[in-house]
Amino acid sequence: MLTWLGYFERFGKNFLRGAGVTLELTAVGLAIGFVLGLMLALARSYGPKWLQRAAAAYIAVFRGTPLLVQLFIIYYGLPELGIAFSQNVAAYLALGLNSAAYQAEYLRGSINAIGAAQMEAGRSIGLSKWQAIGYVILPQALRLALPSWSNEPISLLKTTAIVFLIAVQDLMAEGKRAATTTFDFVGIYLAVAVVYLVMVFALDALLKFLERKTKIPGMDIETRR
Amino acid sequence: MPKPILTIKNLTKTYGQNVIFQNLDLTVNEGDTIVIIGPSGTGKSTLLRCVNLLTRPNEGQIWLDDLEITAKGTDEDQVRQHIGMVFQNFLLFNHLTALGNVKLGLTRVKHLSDEEATEKALHELSRVGLADRADHYPGQLSGGQQQRVGIARALAMDPRVMLFDEPTSALDPELIGEVLEVMRKLALDGMTMLVVTHEMGFAREVADRIVFMEKGYIVEEGSPDEMFNHPKFDRTREFLWKITELYGKKEKEAE
Ligand SMILES: Nc1ncnc2c1ncn2[C@@H]1O[C@H](COP(=O)(O)OP(=O)(O)OP(=O)(O)O)[C@@H](O)[C@H]1O
Ligand SMILES: [Mg+2]
Repeated sequence: MLTWLGYFERFGKNFLRGAGVTLELTAVGLAIGFVLGLMLALARSYGPKWLQRAAAAYIAVFRGTPLLVQLFIIYYGLPELGIAFSQNVAAYLALGLNSAAYQAEYLRGSINAIGAAQMEAGRSIGLSKWQAIGYVILPQALRLALPSWSNEPISLLKTTAIVFLIAVQDLMAEGKRAATTTFDFVGIYLAVAVVYLVMVFALDALLKFLERKTKIPGMDIETRR
Repeated sequence: MPKPILTIKNLTKTYGQNVIFQNLDLTVNEGDTIVIIGPSGTGKSTLLRCVNLLTRPNEGQIWLDDLEITAKGTDEDQVRQHIGMVFQNFLLFNHLTALGNVKLGLTRVKHLSDEEATEKALHELSRVGLADRADHYPGQLSGGQQQRVGIARALAMDPRVMLFDEPTSALDPELIGEVLEVMRKLALDGMTMLVVTHEMGFAREVADRIVFMEKGYIVEEGSPDEMFNHPKFDRTREFLWKITELYGKKEKEAE
């Protein structure tokens, strides 16, 4: 037990550095995924037919194939077409493009739940379609989506671990390096797991706080988590 | 000489094979309250939705004052500003307070400053007796209060005409009275109103004309006295009798 606790002292700096990279990957992937996911969801609900289909196809492809395959295509495949990224940018892109598909589904579900009636209410006072989306639909849809959407940041944080396979220096990569120094795979990876767990708890608390902060009195949002 | 605010000519609306109404004519004069009655599925809501351009008629024209709003290239958003709509299910914006609901159109459509919009919105809320509920969210209001906010939201845009689609039929009986009272006051203030309702007490007392629609046709229209006391058609008499029987009880409870 003492040797195990000693790992935090011995590799603490490395773990922290790795955890920082992991959080960065999560944040950037989540942000790219949110912006793109929102556009996909809006395209599916309000776009012209062809755009609806294109968005649906994007979502189907990115949800229907392994993230690792997407990551390898971006990092190893695209350079053959003359588009090369650094490891970190490839990781941001893969995580973001993939997360977008999932976030689009969460958002689309709640946009549909808010429904056409709210849109008509907005239009009836003279708002344009996009004004109604911005001022009426999205403020409600985003709140409605929040409890189930909160799965995504947490799932993404854990998923980032695969990027050590293209040598991004995240927490997982730091763990691997420590493991090959000590040869105590169980102990090191348990320590790494603890660091992930702490981050997940912190993120979860942050999301719960966000949920409380944005809650509208009397507007019922059942929690599906 | 009465001035027509809303003129509907030859209006036809179909959904696929389903003809909702055909060659419908209706004129609403300035300051008039027209009550439309008729059985379920007759196309009353569809007619109001056509007027507000929430759905497009297949044929026919609608004029708002001198502007043909069904003409190609009409700015729908511009038109809707001038037509107030009150929905059966209130359809308040649930993420905004009562004040926020009334202000949204003022700031975003009419581009009033925040202070101007607040002042005007508070004025409209007090018109419906809800100034003291300005900072309540829809979820914190009763159905009757929500509907009154819905009315204030529409009024705030200073519409030429107000459309009401069964504004009280989603309400508990004891809450119907407060909404009808607001509508009665509006009518007295000279607002032009087109109202779909089953509230015969309101129709009898407030309507300048009652329009009886059935299966997509206007069977008969006339003053409340004509419609209630000497209708031309048996169908009108039957329907009015049935509806008074059915809803009259509810109305009594409400008083
Ligand atoms: N979007 C739509 N698509 C297809 N059919 C529709 C649509 N909206 C309405 N209808 C049909 O049009 C007919 C008239 O509907 P409408 O809602 O106008 O009737 P209503 O007179 O308002 O009835 P109620 O008293 O029940 O409100 C109904 O048969 C309805 O099924
Ligand atoms: Mg209806």
